[in-house]
Amino acid sequence: MLKDVTLGQYFPGDTIIHRLDPRTKLIVVVLFIVALFQAQSWLSYAAVLAAAVICMVISHIKPKNIFNGLKPMLIVIVLTAFLNMFYTEGTPVIPGWIITWEGIDKALKMILRIVLLITGTFLLTYTTSPMSLTDGLEYLMSPLKKIKVPVHEMTMMMSMALRFIPSLIEETDRIMSAQRARGADFESGGLIKRAKALIPVLVPLFVSAFRRADDLAVAMECRCYHGGEGRTRMKVLRMSASDWIALAVSAAFLILIILMKKLWSGV
Amino acid sequence: MADIIIDSLRHVYSEGTPFEKVALEKIDLEIPHGQMIGLLGHTGSGKSTLIQHLNALIKPTSGSVLVDGADINADKKSARAVKFKIGLVFQYPEYQLFEETAYKDIAYGPGNMGLSEAEIDERVREAAAFSDVDEELFDRSPLELSGGQKRRIAIAGVIAMRPEVLILDEPTSGLDPEASENILRNICTYRKKTGSTVIVVSHNMDDIARIAERIIVLSKGTVAMDGTPAEVFSEPEKLREYGLSVPSSTAIAMELIKRGINIQGPVYTHDMLKSAILKAKEAERC
Repeated sequence: MLKDVTLGQYFPGDTIIHRLDPRTKLIVVVLFIVALFQAQSWLSYAAVLAAAVICMVISHIKPKNIFNGLKPMLIVIVLTAFLNMFYTEGTPVIPGWIITWEGIDKALKMILRIVLLITGTFLLTYTTSPMSLTDGLEYLMSPLKKIKVPVHEMTMMMSMALRFIPSLIEETDRIMSAQRARGADFESGGLIKRAKALIPVLVPLFVSAFRRADDLAVAMECRCYHGGEGRTRMKVLRMSASDWIALAVSAAFLILIILMKKLWSGV
Repeated sequence: MADIIIDSLRHVYSEGTPFEKVALEKIDLEIPHGQMIGLLGHTGSGKSTLIQHLNALIKPTSGSVLVDGADINADKKSARAVKFKIGLVFQYPEYQLFEETAYKDIAYGPGNMGLSEAEIDERVREAAAFSDVDEELFDRSPLELSGGQKRRIAIAGVIAMRPEVLILDEPTSGLDPEASENILRNICTYRKKTGSTVIVVSHNMDDIARIAERIIVLSKGTVAMDGTPAEVFSEPEKLREYGLSVPSSTAIAMELIKRGINIQGPVYTHDMLKSAILKAKEAERC
């Protein structure tokens, strides 16, 4: 049952988008989000939508995967749309009614905005392995080292956390089965009884998490890990021509959306 | 009494997804009460999946498990009741210890059965005696004990439910020879005194050869071999094919036969090897 949990899912592939430098992809996603929030007219929304669809097609990501990821956000989307529909002033759809044409227009745009926002970030995590993602993040945040932010340590912790999520899920499954074999009952009873029933799972889980952390620390020290100072990488990030093209196209796209806002702000 | 019948059991993990994997395929087994069974199989052969079916931790994809004629997955109640009847000790059971004291941890299972304080106390002491847990350890935290002690406490925690069938998954893995020896001896004593069925999963041939009276070999989710140790260990080529080996004494006996020493009869324990060699020596003399 816990196996269904997915975090930062990555679909391996060999498309142009998969091969882009993680830094490029991170910057492109940021540009995409900025463009999305600059979009006001339906035309500019259509442009952003088209950009997202083109990326999806190139990276061979199926729409089904995006929709599956959207499911947990459904409540947020519906609620936002709902509130916008009722709380926007304008001409009522039917005289005397609270719902206005402007409200409907705004609600639809809001839905589109949230969906595209999530789609953009999904395209990033679907096409970039967690490891290269943290590599990219470390590089992009490295200017922060100047003001003593422990960037390397933070990204190292992030990649380790990602690495251990599946292991801990497996461990939880195993401990739950073991306690169930001793008659533990996780399904019945009220909230307090159920919370109490989790103690036999949580205590061994914490113990083993600490043991793993200790082992990992020892293993890293045995291999002379001493933080980010002077550390070289196995995979050196390199910007290729396609990276520069992708960046240029994204920047041009953002300028286009901003121009649309300035020129046809009435549409 | 607890006679187990496994009827054309099949189990598929994550059915209908790209990660679909058939773990068990058409398993038919009969396990009468009181047998001492060794369950062998290479990693990924489906041993762990099979034993988790026996106490309804995993539901079959198709087929059924009957205990005393009743389907254990018939409803929620029977699926829970069977866990007290068929005790399952997982691999590395010490990782499941959670209580502040060893005593409380052993009492967790009987407590879940809804027994009275006095009854629980009796069972805890009995189970501790069976698995060599000194009563001095009762007030200690399980976390500060040695690996072998932890393992024995965890096994006592299952024995305290007085299961009619005791299943142990790799009970000796990761222990030093002396601690493994103790645990195997305790398992044998437990079975002799209570007459319960015991199923030991292992890939240590020597352990299995010494204690089992019936050996079941799983390979790729099916029952590949099923018979007495003499029968199973007489086919080393077949075992090798399933990713297993023969016990060290059988290997030595085979080597001796190859060198022209006349070793008679089945050999799969150290004692059998010893007497077979002595007999061969005896025969050579005249």
